[in-house]
Amino acid sequence: MTTTIILTAAIITGLGLLLAVALYLVAQRFKVEEDPRIGQVEKAMPGANCGGCGFAGCHAFAEAAVKASNLDDIFCPVGGNPTMKQVASILGYEVREKAPMVAVLRCAGTCANRPVVNEYDGVMSCKVKAALYAGDTLCRFGCLGCGDCVAACSFGAIKMDPETGLPSFDESKCTGCGSCVKACPKGLVELRAKGPRGMRVYVSCRNKEKGPAVKKACSAACIGCGICEKTCTHDAVHVVDNVAVIDYAKCKLCRECEAMCPTGAIHAVNFPKPLDKDAVKARVQERQKKAREAAAAAKAATQMKEVQSNG
Amino acid sequence: MDRLLVSPSPHIHSKTSTKSLMRDVVIALLPAVIVSIVFYGWKELLVISVSVLSCVLLESLITRYMLRKPDTICDWSAAVTGVLLALNLPPTTPWWVVLIGAAVAIGVAKMTFGGLGQNVFNPALVGRVFLLISFPTYMTHWEIPQGLFGLDAVTGATPLGVIKEGLMQGGDVAGIMAENGYSYSQMLLANIGGSAGEASAIALLVGFVYLLVRKVIKPWITLSVLGTVAVVSLIFSLIDPAQYTGPLFNLLSGGMILGACFMATDYVTSPMSTKGGIVFGVGIGFITLMIRYFGAYPEGMSFAILIMNSTVPLLNRWFHQKKYGRA
Amino acid sequence: MARRTFSIGGVHPADSKISRDCRIEALPLPPTVYISVAQHIGAPAVPVVAPGDKVKVGQVIAEPGGFMSAYIHSSVSGTVKSIGPRKDLAGNLQTYVEIAVEGDEWLETIDRTETVVTTIPEDPKAIIEKIKLGGVVGLGGATFPTHVKLSPPPGKKCEMLIINGCECEPYLTSDFRTLLEKGEQVIIGTAIIKRSLGVGKATIAIEDNKPEAIAHIESLLEKFKAESDSYSGIEVMSLMKKYPEGGEKQLIDAVMRRQVKSGGLPIDVGAVVQNVATALAVYDAVQKNKPLIDNSVTVTGECFPRQANLLVRVGTPLNFIIDHLGGMPADTAKVISGGPMMGKAIANLEASTLKGTGALLFLTGEQTRRKPESNCIRCGKCADACPMGLEPYLLNRLYKAGDTDALEENAVQDCIQCGCCLYSCPAYIPLLDNISLARGQVMGIMKARAAAARAAAEAQKSNK
Repeated sequence: MTTTIILTAAIITGLGLLLAVALYLVAQRFKVEEDPRIGQVEKAMPGANCGGCGFAGCHAFAEAAVKASNLDDIFCPVGGNPTMKQVASILGYEVREKAPMVAVLRCAGTCANRPVVNEYDGVMSCKVKAALYAGDTLCRFGCLGCGDCVAACSFGAIKMDPETGLPSFDESKCTGCGSCVKACPKGLVELRAKGPRGMRVYVSCRNKEKGPAVKKACSAACIGCGICEKTCTHDAVHVVDNVAVIDYAKCKLCRECEAMCPTGAIHAVNFPKPLDKDAVKARVQERQKKAREAAAAAKAATQMKEVQSNG
Repeated sequence: MDRLLVSPSPHIHSKTSTKSLMRDVVIALLPAVIVSIVFYGWKELLVISVSVLSCVLLESLITRYMLRKPDTICDWSAAVTGVLLALNLPPTTPWWVVLIGAAVAIGVAKMTFGGLGQNVFNPALVGRVFLLISFPTYMTHWEIPQGLFGLDAVTGATPLGVIKEGLMQGGDVAGIMAENGYSYSQMLLANIGGSAGEASAIALLVGFVYLLVRKVIKPWITLSVLGTVAVVSLIFSLIDPAQYTGPLFNLLSGGMILGACFMATDYVTSPMSTKGGIVFGVGIGFITLMIRYFGAYPEGMSFAILIMNSTVPLLNRWFHQKKYGRA
Repeated sequence: MARRTFSIGGVHPADSKISRDCRIEALPLPPTVYISVAQHIGAPAVPVVAPGDKVKVGQVIAEPGGFMSAYIHSSVSGTVKSIGPRKDLAGNLQTYVEIAVEGDEWLETIDRTETVVTTIPEDPKAIIEKIKLGGVVGLGGATFPTHVKLSPPPGKKCEMLIINGCECEPYLTSDFRTLLEKGEQVIIGTAIIKRSLGVGKATIAIEDNKPEAIAHIESLLEKFKAESDSYSGIEVMSLMKKYPEGGEKQLIDAVMRRQVKSGGLPIDVGAVVQNVATALAVYDAVQKNKPLIDNSVTVTGECFPRQANLLVRVGTPLNFIIDHLGGMPADTAKVISGGPMMGKAIANLEASTLKGTGALLFLTGEQTRRKPESNCIRCGKCADACPMGLEPYLLNRLYKAGDTDALEENAVQDCIQCGCCLYSCPAYIPLLDNISLARGQVMGIMKARAAAARAAAEAQKSNK
């Protein structure tokens, strides 16, 4: 009895030792030399493996960062500047700070705003739906509402709102990784600078059709009328392909365009006070009137000059 | 019709659904259920009722309160598990043992993996093997059929058990069979000791043919199990007829028909492709016979199926359909 | 005798050919037609008319926009109102020529008599040129320009012409009616295509759920063969009813017992497949100078008040057809252009018919609405049904995992989108929805890789 126990224990122990040695030898034989800094950088990463940086995951990012000679083209949107500072200090590079970004939906076609004419009955996938037809409403450009962006978000920042039929973005959770931007077949999600205290102004529409057709399709659409472009004194708003686009780098958050927009397609978020539309409108109209008068006066003056010089 | 439906093609669907398939399996098992109730009486009715009810109830409770998903009992799959489990138990099994078996089948073997379609092992067989190991006394003493209105039940061992016992005591196959009065016609029709589902091979085969006609299953797995058992046991019995039982005996005993027709052909735990199914069936047949001939248990079907269940992912990986234009 | 059919997979949906006894009748002219310039696979045609122009029936209104393109003719006489974007049946914009109908004045060159012209032109080149000028495209579904298909690439030899009269989709009956009512024309069209290809054998393949058509064509063929040598080598083959028999690859397998290699063309195995309706269009174009300006459309559905097979001018608004037959029933949930297995659901009924519009099918919610998806039970029915021998359950899983390499390995690019997998799935898993998307992704990757390989090879060549 005792001998059996001892024998068993001895064999098991011996086997364990033998295999341990074998494992060690194999590990040595097939060891892959890797720059230790890759591990250090990877440790500093958020570890979400979301691919928002353009690399396959955090490890691939670390490899690329170590290989690169500077950090100009490499940025982790999730970790943001703090992470990049850490990475820079590990690698001894200079860090270039970037403004934090956040995803915004450029469609305001809620169930109330867009009359529904068709009903989709396939797999819940915007990509499949987009390949099939123009969508359930008369707007070919608007949100399809199947939630590909929701599925793409690794951070739980996007949820479908059953009331509006549109996704809602939780900006406290959004890291600006851009997965949703890639996921949307209609290109409706845009990364924009988060703005001071989160304040930002953007056009919530991408409908490129001309006014009347757009008006029929959606009551909150940009009709490309160009009033915003004329209003803006900072050269931040331009109408391209019948849609207004606000350049967040130039926008001074004055909200004049928002007040002037006839359809309410321009959205402003996180402003502490509600916009007094009428006051701003009056101010803008007053300014425009003065400008017109000044222009007319200047024109008259030049005409006079011309007449004089000719005469 | 104010809003037109739009969806990708196809726009129609065959009438077959998970529900209709599972219901067909239950219908196919009805002859065996009726025969077993006729032969074993009200005790068998109790076993079947307890098994089915507890399987269905447990699945409902687990999906609703533990997984917090919509109830899935309407797909009839829990009922299939319940009937199969009952047919795999001796009619003398106490109700609380049946309940434990159902709990293991549904709770452990099916729902922990994610419910229908996700389980690796056949739930009814897991339940049965769990009981076989936990309650050997209840599970190895079988009732000799006495009929619905019969007299007091007589308990005994199954033909496989009797022969195993006899061989260990130095007897030979033919002698033991003669001594116990086994005949093949009796085994085919009904009236041998065993679990309820083993009672009548004919009743099971009727159900199997129904499944084939309704195109619920394809015959390849069943045929390869039975074929392997026939061929291998023929070889062994030719080598030594005194030690090894022959093909006919092996085909008709120990839940072979029930296992080959209803347990091995379970969609979820069998390979997708025909080729994979044939390999799967050969494996089951071979392992069953090896257990019967050389193992400690007289009966090996359940173990063989469970062992082969674990190879299904590999078989699905190795064997594929023949593709068009890719010779 | 075993009934002949293709060797892998397939399903047997209910026939539902409830309009099979309705003779083809001409639809009255609509007040306005909208003719799309993109009615074929390949480059859209380029309009050659301007608003205000007067056009006659059969007049060219758009010319081919490239090698793979086709002529478009006016299907009515009247005034061109506008040329511009309009929503197609999916709600996407497409360029249309809008013509207000005035009278019904045909070009004088078109032979409008009923006489059947049996003498076939000798010169294959002249035949193909006439087919091209007639704007004939494949009417089996893909609308592939016919003159391109009839000009096999050099080095490839056609051994057999197959005329596809399977009409394997449920509900559809326009090809069946064409075979019965225009059998002579179809046979002559077949002989014309046969001559243009310079091929000795032609097979008109018909499924055995249409015995009248088989008998009719066989008796006509006997008569034709007795009269002229041009018709020798044309045979009728009866095939077992099974979907998707009319799929090009499946039909070649069924008729010739040959399989087209993955990524290959039918001509690689010596086959050219044309539809029955295309054969008729070829007859019209070559023998009668009549371009492809109308086609027969099955209008059907259990819920629809009147079943019909209509001869419809290309560009007729769908609404006009529906109103002509008594309007849309209240319980219609879905209108499909084509058959129930591969047809496209229509999102916009203001769209108009195209050359390839073969049917309008009306289904109720009960018939067509998808049931909620449940767990895969690994029954393998999808794999049994797939006529290409693929494993849809596996492809679906790989698509969800985003594994494009494994998808390519498991031949997702071979999918013909016949819908058998989704049709047969007892768990109602939207297999084809996902697989189609995966197929598109993988084909994109393969194309990019092939282009990169070509570029690399060329770079190497120029270096040497």
